[in-house]
Amino acid sequence: MLSRSAGLRTGLLLLPPMLWLGVAYLAALAALFVTSVWGQNDFTGDIERVWTWDNYRQLWDIPVYRTIAFRTVGIAALVTVVDALLAFPIALYMAKMASPRTRRLLVIAVLMPLWASYLVKAYAWRGMFSGGGLIDWLGSPFGLHSPGYGLVATTVTLAYLWLPYMILPVYAGLERVPDSLFEASGDLGAGALTTIRRVVLPMAFPAVVAGSIFTFSLTLGDYIAVTIVGGAGQLIGTVVYANVGSANNLPFAAAFATVPVVVMLVYLAAVRRTGALESL
Amino acid sequence: MIVDGRLKAVLRVLTGLVLLVVYVPLALVMVNSFNVDRTFTWPPSGLTFHWWNVAAHSSGARHALLVSIEVAILATAIALVLGTLAGLALRRTRFFGRNVVSLLIILPIALPGIVTGIALNNAFRTMLGLQLGFFTIVVAHATFCIVTVFNNVQARLQRLGPSFEQASADLGAGAFTTFRLITFPMLRSALLAGGLLAFGLSFDEIVVTTFTAGPQEQTLPIWIFQNLFRPNQAPIVNVVAAVLVLVSTVPIYLAQRLSGDVVSGASGAH
Repeated sequence: MLSRSAGLRTGLLLLPPMLWLGVAYLAALAALFVTSVWGQNDFTGDIERVWTWDNYRQLWDIPVYRTIAFRTVGIAALVTVVDALLAFPIALYMAKMASPRTRRLLVIAVLMPLWASYLVKAYAWRGMFSGGGLIDWLGSPFGLHSPGYGLVATTVTLAYLWLPYMILPVYAGLERVPDSLFEASGDLGAGALTTIRRVVLPMAFPAVVAGSIFTFSLTLGDYIAVTIVGGAGQLIGTVVYANVGSANNLPFAAAFATVPVVVMLVYLAAVRRTGALESL
Repeated sequence: MIVDGRLKAVLRVLTGLVLLVVYVPLALVMVNSFNVDRTFTWPPSGLTFHWWNVAAHSSGARHALLVSIEVAILATAIALVLGTLAGLALRRTRFFGRNVVSLLIILPIALPGIVTGIALNNAFRTMLGLQLGFFTIVVAHATFCIVTVFNNVQARLQRLGPSFEQASADLGAGAFTTFRLITFPMLRSALLAGGLLAFGLSFDEIVVTTFTAGPQEQTLPIWIFQNLFRPNQAPIVNVVAAVLVLVSTVPIYLAQRLSGDVVSGASGAH
C-alpha cells in the first residue's frame, strides 16, 4: 500500500477521537489553567478575566491550604504504603504458591470487589466505623473503640478502595518472574526469607511502583470517601469541591486542582527510571 | 514455585486475613439491608424484608437507576466508536505524535478525578455557556471511557497481527469488506470486554459526575451520595447498596464467560 494513502487513512481514523478529546478534554484542561490565573471580584463573585497569580499566592500564603495540601499528599503516601504491605503477601501467594485452581479463585476474589460500587464500599466503612458499629463491637472485649469518622477512617477506607489496584499489578509482576530464579537462590543456600528479600522484592519493585501510581493518584483526587468517613477532615478534593459549589470561587478551585496534577507529574517523572511505566 | 512449608502457611494466613477484611464490609452492607433499625448498631436487633419492599417503590432511586443506565449505554456507545477508531489508527503506523495520542487517551483517567471534573465543569459552564445536565454527563463519561475500549482493541490487534487482513486484501476485498468480514469479527470479544469495562466505569462514576451533572439530573451514585446522610433514607440506601453488591458479580461472571470466548474466538479464526 502506498505510504501516502496509509497516512491519509491513519489521519481519517484519528480525526474523530482526536477531535473529541481535543475539544472536550484538552481544551477544557487548558481552560482550567487559564481560569486559575484569573481573578474574582470579591463583592459580586463574578470571574474577572485579568491575569493574576493571586490564587496561587493564596495557596502558599494561607497556612490552612498548605496544611491541607501536605496532609493530602501524606495520606496518599500512607495509603500507598499500607496497600503495598497488604498486597505483597497475597500477590506472592497467588503468583507463586497457590495451585492453578486456587489461583483462579483468588483472582476472582480480588476482582469482585473492584466491580462493587465505589460508593457502596465507602458507605460500608461508614457502617464499620460508626459508634456502636462492627469495629466497636469487635474491639469492646479488648477495651478498644472505633476511631470514629476522621483521618484514620479516611486512610483505612481509601486503602481498602484502592487495594485491588495494587494487588493486580504486583501479582502480574511476580507471575512474570521465572521460578528458576527462586530455585537458583535456594540452591545457593538462601532461606525462604532471604530469597524474598534479595530476589523477590527487587523484582517486584517496579510492579509495586506501577500500583502506587494508581493508589497515589486516586487518593489525591478523592473527595467522596473523605466526605463519607472523614468527619471534619479536609483534603484537596473537598476544598476544590467546596470552591466550585457553595463558595463559588472557580479560579481558586482551579488553582488548587493543579496541585495534584503537579504532584502526579513529579511522581511520574521520579518513577520513570524504575521502569514501572512499562509494566503498567 | 517457592516450596517452604512455614512461609507458605504464613502467606496463606495473611491472604485469608486480607480477603476477610475485603469481604466483611461488603457482608455488613448485605446484613444491614435487612436491619430493623435505622442505625449501624451491631449486632442488629432484628431482621426484616420491610426495607426491600420500601426501596422497590422508591421513585427517586428507580429514576436515578434509569438515568445511570441510559448514561452508561450512550457513553459506552461513543467510547466504542472512538476507541476502536483510535486503536485502528495507531496500529503498525509509526508516526510523529503516536505517543502523544495514547497519552491524550489515557489522560482523562490518569489525572485525579477532581481535575477532570472541574476542567469539564469549567469548560461546559464558563467557556461554552452550556446548562449542566444529562448531555454533559454523557460527554464527560464518554471522554474517560474511550481508554478502556482503546486498550482492549489495541492489545487484540497487536496480538493477531496484520496477516489475516493482508490475505483478505490480496484476495481482492476492499477496505470496508475486510473490516466487516475480518477485522470486526476478530475484534468482537475485545470490544465486548472494553465495552463492559466502559459500562462499569460509567455506571459507578461519581467524582466527575458530581461536577458535570448539575442540580436537575441524578445518576444512581449521586442519588446514593445525596441520601447517605439523611437518617430517614438510610434503610433504602442500605438496600440499594446491597443490590449493587449483588449486581457486581454479573460482570465477573460475564468476564469469565468472555475469557473462554476469547480462546474459542481466536482458534475459530485459524
